[in-house]
Amino acid sequence: MLTRRLIPCLDTRGGRVVKGRRFVDLRDAGLPAELARRYDEDGADELILLDITATPEGRANALATVRTVRDALTIPLTVGGGVRSIADAEALLTAGADKVAVNTAALADPGLLDALAGQFGSQCVVLAIDAAAWPDGGWRVFARSGSEVTARAPVEWATEAEQRGAGEILLTSIDRDGTGEGFDLVLLDAVSRRIRLPVIASGGASRADHCLMALEAGADAVLAASMFHDNAVSLRQVKRFLASHGVEIRP
Amino acid sequence: MRDRAVNIIPTGTANLASVMAGLRRVGAEPLIAASAEEVLRAPRVVVPGVGSFGAALAEVRRRGIDVALRERLERGSPTLLICLGLQLLATASEESPGERGLGIIAATVKRLPPGVLRPQLGWNQVTTGAGARCVAPGYAYFANSYCLYEADSSWTLAWSDHGGPFIAALERGPQLACQFHPELSGAWGLRLLDAWCAAC
Repeated sequence: MLTRRLIPCLDTRGGRVVKGRRFVDLRDAGLPAELARRYDEDGADELILLDITATPEGRANALATVRTVRDALTIPLTVGGGVRSIADAEALLTAGADKVAVNTAALADPGLLDALAGQFGSQCVVLAIDAAAWPDGGWRVFARSGSEVTARAPVEWATEAEQRGAGEILLTSIDRDGTGEGFDLVLLDAVSRRIRLPVIASGGASRADHCLMALEAGADAVLAASMFHDNAVSLRQVKRFLASHGVEIRP
Repeated sequence: MRDRAVNIIPTGTANLASVMAGLRRVGAEPLIAASAEEVLRAPRVVVPGVGSFGAALAEVRRRGIDVALRERLERGSPTLLICLGLQLLATASEESPGERGLGIIAATVKRLPPGVLRPQLGWNQVTTGAGARCVAPGYAYFANSYCLYEADSSWTLAWSDHGGPFIAALERGPQLACQFHPELSGAWGLRLLDAWCAAC
């Protein structure tokens, strides 16, 4: 049976891993390749590398970081940040990415998802959605690393992305990011019940039971950053906890 | 170290960097093989695969290496085919109707059944039968929407399950085809790459 996945995330800026709270107050968390190697050895199922300042600073992803991380890894690598075109995606794949995540550029031009899926296959295309609660009782999708609100709602955007050929949705709750309060389960449930694609839950994990709750709410995989960077809980501990609760997981 | 050379066929949009990193890690020396002559003569060839059945075949034909690849496979030369590479062995695929595969295996590549995650993205358990040389039981990383369900008895099969059993890998002497990505399958995948290099 296909197992659920545990995915550490490296947010990078200027060749260093950083981590913030609600997308701001960034602090240093180490070297990307060193953390990547450690997580690979600890049993990570995949790794996601997000160059969080690429789009706000209007530049392409740091390819050198992608290369050093690829050389440290024996598992799949998804890279996002500043991907605006087929050429940007191709450069990342050539440098060592296996999947490419898009966010802001796809909001500006949803046809980018069709183009990427057509060129590289759906399994290669991850749509990252940054969402926050909105006063109308729903959520809104944000662009530019959470700095710009859009008119889109996450459920409709995920549905459209599926039709356009995205292969996976990386769903981040801006409200929970870096807080350790657990995932936004209502948001996860709302999105995952409307699409057939795998959904990666992101934002808020600090305990193993948060991961279990996200999987039970419909996520196919869980992403965490601070929880692992700070050694609050190890990947192996989370995996053992999930397995003991009947979740199919790679030992 | 000429004997560790592994020629990789550029099939268009493959994750070449990951394949090369995996091969280097087990001591091989990967290089890109672009000509039909190289595909015919190289001691070991890897056919990686990301993309669609039709697009990959078009690229292989455009480079004029489809005939060389078929000849290499028919005479039993050491070849590793990954993911879409495995599917190219078939006669056809539901992904690209009307497109003819290499025809090494008399079967059609089918879409994964409805009701399961498509694409299948993640780690799945691989089981092996008697006679497996390279593939050991374990967890492998898959990224596919299509797969093979049958092959003739000249191949030793490994299986996995996603809405029903499907072929995870086929082995025949020094020829190995994997629906999963050994280069992304952790230490288990590296052991498989190492075993294939050693078996050639």
